[in-house]
Amino acid sequence: MGLTLSWLSVIILIPLAGLFLKSLELSPEQFWNILTSRRTLNALRVSFGLAFAAACVNLVMGSIIVWALVRYRFPGRRLFDAIVDVPFALPTAVAGVALTALFAEKGWLGAPLAAAGIKVAFTPVGIFVAMIFIGIPFVVRTVQPVLQDLDPEIEEAAGSLGASRWQTIIRVILPSLAPALLTGLALAFARAVGEYGSVIFIAGNLPNVSEIAPLLIVIRLSEFRYADATAIAVVMLVVSFVIIFAVNRLQRWAQSRIPAR
Amino acid sequence: MTIEVRNLVKKFGGFAALDGVGLKVNDGELLALLGPSGSGKTTLLRIIAGLDWPDAGEVSFNGEDALAQGARERHVGFVFQHYALFRHMTVFENVAFGLRVQPRAIRKDEATIRVRVKELLDLVQLDWLSDRYPSQLSGGQRQRIALARALAIEPRILLLDEPFGALDAKVRKELRKWLRSLHHEINVTSIFVTHDQEEALEVANRVVVMDKGRIEQIGSPDDVYERPASAFVHGFIGESIELPVQVEGGVVRLGDQPLRLAADGLAPGASRLFVRRHDMLVGPSGSGAFEGAVQHVRNFGPVQRAEIALSGGETIEIDAPRGRELRAGDTIGLEPRRYRIFAG
Repeated sequence: MGLTLSWLSVIILIPLAGLFLKSLELSPEQFWNILTSRRTLNALRVSFGLAFAAACVNLVMGSIIVWALVRYRFPGRRLFDAIVDVPFALPTAVAGVALTALFAEKGWLGAPLAAAGIKVAFTPVGIFVAMIFIGIPFVVRTVQPVLQDLDPEIEEAAGSLGASRWQTIIRVILPSLAPALLTGLALAFARAVGEYGSVIFIAGNLPNVSEIAPLLIVIRLSEFRYADATAIAVVMLVVSFVIIFAVNRLQRWAQSRIPAR
Repeated sequence: MTIEVRNLVKKFGGFAALDGVGLKVNDGELLALLGPSGSGKTTLLRIIAGLDWPDAGEVSFNGEDALAQGARERHVGFVFQHYALFRHMTVFENVAFGLRVQPRAIRKDEATIRVRVKELLDLVQLDWLSDRYPSQLSGGQRQRIALARALAIEPRILLLDEPFGALDAKVRKELRKWLRSLHHEINVTSIFVTHDQEEALEVANRVVVMDKGRIEQIGSPDDVYERPASAFVHGFIGESIELPVQVEGGVVRLGDQPLRLAADGLAPGASRLFVRRHDMLVGPSGSGAFEGAVQHVRNFGPVQRAEIALSGGETIEIDAPRGRELRAGDTIGLEPRRYRIFAG
C-alpha cells in the first residue's frame, strides 16, 4: 500500500504537480494569451481535430477488422491477428519514417496518389494517416474480447424472433459492444492526441497548418520559453484527464449493467 | 400446426449428423427428441427452426414447404440451452423484442406491447422481475424469461433445445412439471430436445429416440420403456443388463452354457440379451435360467443393488426388492421376468 502510493507519487503525481506549478509562474492573463495565440490554437486544433477524426475512422475500420478476426476462420487469421499489434510494438520514429517513405511523392503509395492530385506526406492528411496507424490496435484489442464473449446464439435468437439482419445489428450487437467501442474510441483518441514520434516525420510541421501541439511544446522548450510550453502541456493534460475519467466511468457503467458471467 | 419431416440428411464434413430422418408431429403435441450427444437431435431441431439447412429432404408445416422460408418468416419460437437472452436489455425489453421488431405495418402500439409483455411475464410467473437485467436472474428464471420471449411472437411452433440442460437437478424437476402444465395451457405444438430420459418420459406425449443421425423408435413414453424397438433403445432407456448370447437351433447360449429361455422366432447367430435390472428375480440356486455368486450388496432405499458374477464369467448388477436379504458369497439362481433378445 505504502509502496504503491509512494511509487505512483514519484512516477506520476510529482511530475504532473511540477507541471502545474510551473504554469502558475504565469499570470492568468499571460496564460490566456499563450493559449489563444494563433499558433497555439491552430496546433491544438490540428492535434485534437485530426485525432478525433482518426479515432472515428479507427472505430469503424477496427470494428470491421474485429468482426472478421473473431467470427471468420480464414487462412492467415493468426498472422493478421498478430499484425494488429505492430503499431503497439513498433518504435514510433520507425513508424514515422516508414509512413513518410511510403507516402512521399516518390513512395509506393505516394506516387500514385500524387498522380491523382492527392498529397499526403507533409500535409495534415499525413498526420491523419499516422494517427490512424497508431490508433487501430486500441480499438481492436478493446472490442475483441467483448465480441468473443458475445454468443452467436443471440443473433439466432433475434432472427427467430423476427428481426432482420439490420435490426439485429442495430438493436442487439451494437448495444452489446457499445461500452467497448466507446472505450476503444477514447483510447485511440488519447493516443493520437499525444502522438509525437510517428507524426512529426510525415507532418511537414508547417506552423498553423500541420504543426501538432506536442511539437509546439518541443519548439517552445528549445526556445527556452518554458512557461509557454507548460501552458500548452497543462491544456493537453487536462483533456487527457477528462478522457481517462470518461473511459473509467464508461467501463464502470457498463459493468454495472452487464457483469461478466 | 402439424410438422412433417421427410428423409432429412445433413452432413458436417464427413460426419452425417442426420442420415435420412422422417417424422410427423401432430397438432398440439409435446414431443421429446431423446438421444445421446451426437445423435443429431439438436441438428434436427435447428433445421425445423430454420437455423440450419439440410443437404437433402423436406420440412413442411401444415403441408406448406418450410424450407422455402428463413428463420425469420417461419414464426417459430426457439428456446436455447444457454438462454441467449440480450444482456443489455431488461427482462421487459427482452420479452418485448419480438414485438418491437415487427414490420411497421403490423407492429402494435406501445400500450398494447406493454399489456402483452405483462401477460407473458404473468404466465411465466416472473412479472416482479421486469426491470432487472438477465445477469441478475437465476438460471431457472432466465430460462422462463427466454420462454416468455419466444412466446411473445405467438409462435406457430415452440422448439426447445435442452431447455433445462444447464440447470441443477432440483430446478430441473420443478421446471419440467411447470413446462408440462404450461404446454397444457397454451397448447402450441412443441418439440424439445433432451439427453435426459427421465425428462423425456415425464414431460412428453410422445418420445422420439435418436442415435447416430437416425430415428430408432417413435412412441409413447410407455412404448419406448416397456416395448423398446431396438437394442439401442433398450440399452439407452432404463437401466438394463446386457449379455452377449448365441442363438443356435432354438437354444440361447451364454458362452457355452445353454440358457432355459424361449428362442422362438429368433434369427440364429450372435445376439444380445437385455433384461431390466429389476426384472431379474432371485431364487435358490438351480432355480432360474442363470446361476451366479453374489459379490457385493448395497442398499438403496426400497431395493438392494447386488453385483453378481454369473457362472458364465460375466458380471451383472441387479436391483432386488428388500425382504430376502442377499449376502456376499451366496450362490443364487436368477430368472428374468421379462427379457428381449436382439440380433447383432
